[in-house]
Amino acid sequence: MATPIGKGHRSLNLTLRKELNLYANVRPCYSLPGYKTRYDDVNLITIRENTEGEYSGLEHQVVKGVVESLKIITRQASLRVAEYAFHYAKTHGRERVSAIHKANIMQKTDGLFLKCCREVAEKYPDIKYEEVVIDNCCMMLVKNPALFDVLVMPNLYGDIISDLCAGLIGGLGLTPSCNIGEGGIALAEAVHGSAPDIAGKNLANPTALLLSAVTMLRHLKLNDKADRIQNAILSTIAEGKYRTADLGGSSLTTDFTKSICDNL
Amino acid sequence: MTSLLLRRILGSRTSQTFSLANPSSNPNALTRDFSSLSNPIRATLFPGDGIGPEIADSVKQVFKEAEVPIEWEEHYVGDQIDPRTQSFLTWESLESIRRNRVGLKGPMATPIGKGHRSLNLTLRKELNLYANVRPCYSLPGYKTRYDDVNLITIRENTEGEYSGLEHQVVKGVVESLKIITRQASLRVAEYAFHYAKTHGRERVSAIHKANIMQKTDGLFLKCCREVAEKYPEIKYEEVVIDNCCMMLVKNPALFDVLVMPNLYGDIISDLCAGLIGGLGLTPSCNIGEGGIALAEAVHGSAPDIAGKNLANPTALILSAVTMLRHLELNDKADRIQNAILNTIAEGKYRTADLGGSSTTSDFTKAICDHL
Repeated sequence: MATPIGKGHRSLNLTLRKELNLYANVRPCYSLPGYKTRYDDVNLITIRENTEGEYSGLEHQVVKGVVESLKIITRQASLRVAEYAFHYAKTHGRERVSAIHKANIMQKTDGLFLKCCREVAEKYPDIKYEEVVIDNCCMMLVKNPALFDVLVMPNLYGDIISDLCAGLIGGLGLTPSCNIGEGGIALAEAVHGSAPDIAGKNLANPTALLLSAVTMLRHLKLNDKADRIQNAILSTIAEGKYRTADLGGSSLTTDFTKSICDNL
Repeated sequence: MTSLLLRRILGSRTSQTFSLANPSSNPNALTRDFSSLSNPIRATLFPGDGIGPEIADSVKQVFKEAEVPIEWEEHYVGDQIDPRTQSFLTWESLESIRRNRVGLKGPMATPIGKGHRSLNLTLRKELNLYANVRPCYSLPGYKTRYDDVNLITIRENTEGEYSGLEHQVVKGVVESLKIITRQASLRVAEYAFHYAKTHGRERVSAIHKANIMQKTDGLFLKCCREVAEKYPEIKYEEVVIDNCCMMLVKNPALFDVLVMPNLYGDIISDLCAGLIGGLGLTPSCNIGEGGIALAEAVHGSAPDIAGKNLANPTALILSAVTMLRHLELNDKADRIQNAILNTIAEGKYRTADLGGSSTTSDFTKAICDHL
């Protein structure tokens, strides 16, 4: 959705987030076989706390030339996203959850986040839990992303890491995303832009939106259908015969889509 | 031989002042005598802990072989807290850097315990080290997934998210303050553009999240724009941090000089170190008020291999090279840097962390031979 420029209204994404209490942003990132990037073995999920942290929007000028911004971490929000992360790990058969932080410097805020993650980790003894400092995490991700499984993070780190991981597998045009809200709401979304320049020309790549729809199916526990569709997409891209322009091919949206249907 | 050296050193010296970090000072004043082997520049050296002393020896050896006009003044971290500094670093050590204005620091392990400041924090506060500079370039011969990295990250190092001002509001709610000031932002932006100019770089990118943190990152950007106007020959752009990370992992050749507030700088500089092979190969230099430059190796002290002649001195030697460039001893800097790159590229002598089996001394000797 392109947010219209202007004042007096909230951005569309912000409205959805606040009204539906979308507290976790989930992005599964896995290397697409057949679409070669520098990384072949990416298979991780980033789970980002989406309501507080550095993005609370509470800034003020102290005196001229000095500005402050508040980062808020609450026990409630941290527990909530940690619970979701471990629950996700369990229901999707993942083995390890890594909490990303900078608690050595931000001892109270990130410290509270970690404390909540540890509490939840104790309830899931079959899932390994580790804590990784954000700068180490970035370095490890660019050197060896296979080290990671499920990552859970406060808002800012989540923003950075989830886009970093999207870059590892080929960009936002291929990355699915799902927002989880209170009461089990799931709003899957494509995180790329609206690309007005190619709108209506049958050139767009539907992969991100299709894969996001797949995450919605998994949330609904329609795993058979989800697997079928995901495999169809991966096979189509792997085959290489039908690829949209952004993947280096010349197929139309409709051809690409038909090819996925054929591969079902 | 000596006269040839003198001529080369004189030739490389321009009428510009030595104080690269202080562009506001009179550009025609020569604030440092020209250096030669008979009139060396004094530099403070902290060998550090663990593998520190061995790799510091490598640096001394390479510098001696390259006839670099530096005289080292060695200082060690004490085992008692100095009440004047509230740290294990003595007042004499700090005075040494303040006097010499350049230094090289090996890895230091901060002792566990309370009642004293961490060593890095002491150095940063006492010497007012406001910018952390890390040149990141792909090392030919040491293959990573990226071949074309050639960028410098400049990180504001005194404020931002690392101000350490946190408090509990009520039980279960904690706040952390991120502070951005005009003074600190201007200072680091000035250094970034000055660095770009003196090192022949074309573009400076300011990394931010001002769409969300409008006032804080907004102020940082405002300061960068002000400084950019004074350097019309250098391109200036602004990149949002999440885009920046994505671009860095997809195509790092897009970037030249990056300037960032503290937290983003921490993340991005380590990300870039990962692109070229890790902290064991990454040089780093801290710039302080008054033109102080403290180069340092950012890797750990590796106590498990200390004293075994296995450590890789590359990071420390390359950091020493950044120190030489700060002193405008560019000939020597180039010679040593090329010697290191050739040694690694050749592949015959490589330490264990680079996939080889050479000892520190063999690797160092190979660098000396390549000079």
